[in-house]
Amino acid sequence: MPSLQVEGMTHYFGGLRAVHGYDLRVEPGQIRGLIGPNGAGKTTIFNLVTGRYTPTEGRITLEGEEITGLEPHKIASKGLGRTYQNLRLWRHMTVLEHVKLARYSKIGYGLVGAFFGTSRRHREEAEIEERANTLLELVGARHFADQVVTSLPYGAQRRVELARALATEPKILLLDEPTAGMNLEELVQMMDIVRRIHDELGLAIFLIEHRMKIVMELCDVIQTLVFGQVIAEGTPNEIQRNPAVIDAYLGKDVVT
Amino acid sequence: MGVESGAIPVKAGRMGSLVSKARAWYSGVPLLGWLLGVLVAVALEHILGRRVARALGMSKEPVLFGFVTMLRDPALLPSAVLYVLLIYLLPIAAVARLTAQLTNRLAATLLSLSSGVSSAVHLGLIYGALHLWSDLSDYRLLLVRLTLIAIMVTLSLNLVNGYMGEFSCSHPGFMALGAYTASVFTVILFVDDRVFGAPLLALPPLLGQFVFPIALILGGVVAALGALLVAVPSFRTRGDYLAIVSLAFMFIVKSLIENLEIVGGPRGLQGQPDWANLPTVFLWAVACIWIINNFVRSTLGKALNAVRDGEMAANAMTVDTRRTKMVAFLFAAFWAGVAGGLFAHVLRYVNPGTFDLKKLAEVLAMVYLGGLNSVMGSIVGAVGFNLLSEALRPLQIIKWMIIPVLLILVMIFRPTGLIAFREFDVQELIRPKGEPQQH
Ligand SMILES: Nc1ncnc2c1ncn2[C@@H]1O[C@H](COP(=O)(O)OP(=O)(O)OP(=O)(O)O)[C@@H](O)[C@H]1O
Ligand SMILES: [Mg+2]
Repeated sequence: MPSLQVEGMTHYFGGLRAVHGYDLRVEPGQIRGLIGPNGAGKTTIFNLVTGRYTPTEGRITLEGEEITGLEPHKIASKGLGRTYQNLRLWRHMTVLEHVKLARYSKIGYGLVGAFFGTSRRHREEAEIEERANTLLELVGARHFADQVVTSLPYGAQRRVELARALATEPKILLLDEPTAGMNLEELVQMMDIVRRIHDELGLAIFLIEHRMKIVMELCDVIQTLVFGQVIAEGTPNEIQRNPAVIDAYLGKDVVT
Repeated sequence: MGVESGAIPVKAGRMGSLVSKARAWYSGVPLLGWLLGVLVAVALEHILGRRVARALGMSKEPVLFGFVTMLRDPALLPSAVLYVLLIYLLPIAAVARLTAQLTNRLAATLLSLSSGVSSAVHLGLIYGALHLWSDLSDYRLLLVRLTLIAIMVTLSLNLVNGYMGEFSCSHPGFMALGAYTASVFTVILFVDDRVFGAPLLALPPLLGQFVFPIALILGGVVAALGALLVAVPSFRTRGDYLAIVSLAFMFIVKSLIENLEIVGGPRGLQGQPDWANLPTVFLWAVACIWIINNFVRSTLGKALNAVRDGEMAANAMTVDTRRTKMVAFLFAAFWAGVAGGLFAHVLRYVNPGTFDLKKLAEVLAMVYLGGLNSVMGSIVGAVGFNLLSEALRPLQIIKWMIIPVLLILVMIFRPTGLIAFREFDVQELIRPKGEPQQH
């Protein structure tokens, strides 16, 4: 059974057809790449899969279970984690609070625990905190735990977002340009981390990326999207040699 | 030139070192020590206050730290200042410092027993001080109770406007619902009333203390139901509907009560039993602070902050944002309702005119003065605003120029309020403090 499967997904923004007849099949443990020029509809695909928008047409399943049209928080708690192209962190909250909060749907102590500070709540909060610290360790942000997130360097903020997504216990992780705006050092670090979470947690990963080197190195299979439609799908080698891709995308942009 | 510019830093330096010396001198005093100092000062006023006041040329103890006295009769300014110094400041400073070693050891012992025990002892001291202080005049007793109620209202509104980042205007409406529900309940059941007739249940007055919580909770529940009417349309879609819907709700509640003859219409409802005494109000305020603080420090409660700082991301991180908003809003309304019930029973009279725009302005002022997203901020905001408002009362109309100007100044220099975005960590507050540094 594929981790994530999308069949015949089409989405309109008013008159604009942002995604057209999109199909996807991500196998467990696979790393998938999605490339394409600006405005091709890549982020829109993420927003559709995560439930932010409901597709005009099409069917989305997560490990065989249909999730089309569900609310984002329900989809997320079923095992779909994501990060954002432009960071979406909570500006008054600490790093640790970010990661803890992503375990919201797993909290069992309920309002009684929240209001009266029951022993069950203290136990669960301690567990959540331990788990959050492990994840922060994994992305190398443990030492920032008690800082407000806006005080962190940019690269570290991206890693916090990653840890937060991991805290939802995803079966598949969606990364929207995880290295956007990073310097070389941060970029190398991020690639290491992505590899490590893939190996250690055994997740499937689906990522959008503009830097070809990264996509080519990390991904098993890559899709190229142009004007909302997939024009090519294949291994990094196949994609690099595909004339349509070179024409539409690689040729014009940089082959870095 | 050279001499002057040299002299000023020296002077500032001396002042600065004096301040830092005093700070170091007192850094080793735990909260327990301060509370003991306050208790001693208040007890001192009980015993010597009248005599000291007479000796200083005043007819009786200044009722509110001398502010009212000196504003009424500026000639008494030195006496009032001297009184505050002799009765409050010096004894507090002396007791806090002299007992520091003892109170530190005591604080450590209490904390080692359990933080619950330690909190209870601290609360006991606070209550003792409030009790003795308000024992000296009915005015003080009223002020203390109304201030405690104001803390509840402020804190519960902070939940919505600060922690959750929405803008709600319906708190006076929720207070009104709570006030009227609780009043109707107690008046029908337990009071021989003109409108409602003989009491349905003739209880010995002592039992009232046990029934009163039911009346208050009922008031809270009705307020929460009212909140549901506001929340359903406001939180269904994104956008700033809450401010408008909640404002409308406040006016609707007010005019509804005004037109309800059975509860007295615009004339109001009176004759509530005298159950909202100081210990009762104090306990409810403590419960309110404790429960709300528990909530906002839990991960479930932190979801409010995430909704405020980025609802979309919160939703994508498994947070049921609509449920979160609903729960917080109803919860806040519940406490406003309870506070309303207490309010009606403190004044033993309630009329719909109380819960109008002026009330709203007051509550908002207390929230934003004290600080958003902060339990301590709401306590400071409510206490500060109430004391200020009472202290400046002799200035009459000018008071309503000074208070807004102060608010504007706070907004300019501290846009989120005096103590914003701070955790209220009881453990940290009640812990013993280290030995003062040696010099
Ligand atoms: N909420 C929206 N309403 C209307 N149009 C939208 C909306 N979101 C995206 N679009 C449009 O849909 C198209 C695809 O946008 P999308 O953000 O998915 O592109 P992208 O491939 O992620 O581009 P980039 O590489 O710049 O991130 C664009 O033309 C964009 O203007
Ligand atoms: Mg994009």
